[in-house]
Amino acid sequence: MNATLARATALVCIVVLFALPAIGVTVPLLFDGPLSSPGTLNLLALCFVFGALALSYDLVFGFVGLLSFGHALYFAAGVYVTAIALERWHLSLPAALLVTAAVAVVLPTVLGAICLRVRDIPFAMVTLAFAQAGSILVMQNPWGITGGEEGLALGGDTLPAALVGVANTRNVYWIALAFLIVTYAIGYLAVNSPAGRVWQAIRENERRVAVIGLNPYLFKLGAFVLSGFLASAAGVVYLLLQGGADPGVTSANFTLALLVMVVLGGVGTLWGAVLGGVVYEYLDFRLVALANAGVVQSLPTLLRVPLSEPLFVLGALFIVLVMFLPGGLGGAVRGSLRLRGRAARA
Amino acid sequence: MSTIVLLLLTGFGLGALYFLIAAGLSLIWGLMRVLNFAHGAFFTVAAYVAYSASLLVPDAQSWTRWFVSLAVGVVAGGAFAAATEIALIRPLYERPTSQVLVTVGLALASLAVIQGAYGSDPLQISLPAALTSTTNIAGALVPNSRIVVIAAALAVLGTLLAFLRTTRFGLIIRAGVDNREMVTALGIDVRTAFTIVFVLGGMAAGLAGVLAGTYDGTIDPARGTSILIFAFIVVVIGGLGSVTGSAVAAVVVGVLQQFLNFYAAAGTGDFAVVLLLAGVLLARPGGFAGERT
Amino acid sequence: MNDRPVLLDVRDLRVAFGESQILHDVSFGVRSGGITALLGRNGAGKTTTLRGILGLTPRSGSVRFDGDEIGRLRSHALVRRGIGYVPENRDVFGSLTVAENLRIAERSGATLRYDEVYALFPELRERAAQRAGTLSGGQQQMVAIARALLNAENRLLLIDEPTKGLSPLMVKRVVDALTAAAASTTILLVEQNLSVAHALAHDAVVLEDGRVTYTGSVAELTSDRDLARRHLGIATADH
Repeated sequence: MNATLARATALVCIVVLFALPAIGVTVPLLFDGPLSSPGTLNLLALCFVFGALALSYDLVFGFVGLLSFGHALYFAAGVYVTAIALERWHLSLPAALLVTAAVAVVLPTVLGAICLRVRDIPFAMVTLAFAQAGSILVMQNPWGITGGEEGLALGGDTLPAALVGVANTRNVYWIALAFLIVTYAIGYLAVNSPAGRVWQAIRENERRVAVIGLNPYLFKLGAFVLSGFLASAAGVVYLLLQGGADPGVTSANFTLALLVMVVLGGVGTLWGAVLGGVVYEYLDFRLVALANAGVVQSLPTLLRVPLSEPLFVLGALFIVLVMFLPGGLGGAVRGSLRLRGRAARA
Repeated sequence: MSTIVLLLLTGFGLGALYFLIAAGLSLIWGLMRVLNFAHGAFFTVAAYVAYSASLLVPDAQSWTRWFVSLAVGVVAGGAFAAATEIALIRPLYERPTSQVLVTVGLALASLAVIQGAYGSDPLQISLPAALTSTTNIAGALVPNSRIVVIAAALAVLGTLLAFLRTTRFGLIIRAGVDNREMVTALGIDVRTAFTIVFVLGGMAAGLAGVLAGTYDGTIDPARGTSILIFAFIVVVIGGLGSVTGSAVAAVVVGVLQQFLNFYAAAGTGDFAVVLLLAGVLLARPGGFAGERT
Repeated sequence: MNDRPVLLDVRDLRVAFGESQILHDVSFGVRSGGITALLGRNGAGKTTTLRGILGLTPRSGSVRFDGDEIGRLRSHALVRRGIGYVPENRDVFGSLTVAENLRIAERSGATLRYDEVYALFPELRERAAQRAGTLSGGQQQMVAIARALLNAENRLLLIDEPTKGLSPLMVKRVVDALTAAAASTTILLVEQNLSVAHALAHDAVVLEDGRVTYTGSVAELTSDRDLARRHLGIATADH
């Protein structure tokens, strides 16, 4: 599939997606209700957010080769700082966004500066440790600002009217879609920049990069901060969709889920990560509904129980992919497209 | 004074649980260089399987039921670990990152199944009366469950050390932690040692899963993951591949957590321990790349 | 001399690390009985060759031991055919005692030569309970050699720079030990020290940049200044 065709297809898809709130078509089984319905739009918006989040993780994991187990921390930071700023400190939305942006830069810079002093497994564990510390902090509910286990719901007057309410789902949907496109653009520019090439060189052989005279530490930190910032931004959009902060986003399970998303879609290809995030969130959402519908209900208990659990299906799929399809779904798609292309030319 | 004794002993009790998980993790990392995220799943699955098995014993508060759950937990943990090593870890010997990823997937998948089958709410564990009461030690009323857990951990520590120091497989494992390649170059197939280490770790984790139920009075699907993270911390602080190191570190971490959680705000201990991990790693990153203890 | 059968036959051994090719079609034979020296400058690929023979590093090519192709075997099985290995860094197990280091080298059903080993290195018996990690370099070298000699069934020993970093007294002991071993075992010896090689070995194989550039007798190599300088890049001392 050549580049022009790919780009044209992408453009068409984007236009269709933007027009979705006006398309009343019903897609059975895949979605509950027509495409323009708030429920479907909400689900798609969530998928976009997770696609962007997975992309941000792919930047550090896929391109630079840093196995971070603490990426969810920055997503959670985006969710919670904004929620706290809006609900507890009663800031306006622009002001809250500014505060979050500042945190989204400072936090990964500070933590990254510390964590990147070590590599490989020690790095993975320090990042996990900090993420866990963040989770504990949220659950401790210091000064009552995080809401602890119950989370922090946004009151009706904290957000501009245009973003609140079922009727305005389309607005948040468009924001999520625009956010995904912008994130992709940023990611694309980043990995194709000179810095991006250094990242990939670092992934291949860090010592060689140092030998050339470049400082790998700074480049790794740069990637870390950029991806952390994007993750926090995704957290903000997520907050708009959910209308509140939930401590589940700080859990170790969630950060591991990010790993699943990226591997699912294909490590080291931006659109693969997006695909992984989208598929993951879609399955997580729909599997419950699908499980309650006919087919799965009639299966014997031994099969029904696991298959009704989204994380089982995803975890099992993840295992299969890691073992047999290291390129992820994206790799498989790319492979089959290449084969078809070859056959067409032959 | 009695408070100090109580905190010390409950700290030991917590440390005992950590040790049971950390010992296996440490050997698995030391010998196989695998970061086994599924260890928490061994813990949880064994706890629930043991729970279901124990329900077959009619008298809820009998010692029989308790011992049955212990035995089943150990066997379930070991079996699950063996299956994992053979089906998932072995095919990926050349790909260490994939090995870690696969354990992550297994952890997520198995926990999901447990949640689907048993729900995510904690399940009450019925215990023999003796285990729900306390003993007076130096003025402190120490829950007997803590004492039992400590006793179990000590027994496991003793057994493991004896195994490592007196058997041929123990010799191979200790040598392999030092230098896996040289063991191979001496004509020894390390893969058998890998499976043994995995199974031993799984059995200890299974025991921990059941004992955690005794400790908390309940079992729930999330316990395994949260305790796994603390076990990781213990492994790192204690030195990878060292069973005695894990034991010492487990006590330090457990006691520290208890004291801080009591004297400072609740949760401070957990927070501090996590930061302690970061601190140790940053001060001694070489504790992984090949340092032997 | 030349009618001794070939015990180890290496053909077209190729090793690559990532994009760089380390060994290019390395081929040579080691005759049974006596010592063959594997020579070459630093980085020529001598250690890689030994590791490649044992399969400790991924490689392609053929390795025949006593007529049997062993290149497809996994390393531990390959070694059990009767090959002992003394690596460059000795690689003793630091947290095990001296006695345990020897014990782990024992192969089930093998004839164990503890008497010979202790005769060569009495220190090993004295320090049996000492942790190997606390031994000096020379003592560790003794352990490493002892491990390889322990099994009487080892007909071939691959030894990598045993005299590196040792005092002259230790060097002599190692040379004596290897001479004694060579009476009953074939040895492929990687050695930078040309006088040691000359003293011990009859045959020589020279590697340069991962290629075999000379096979023949050691005597011829060291007596001909031209040959020596070309292949080894050094001026030979007068022996």
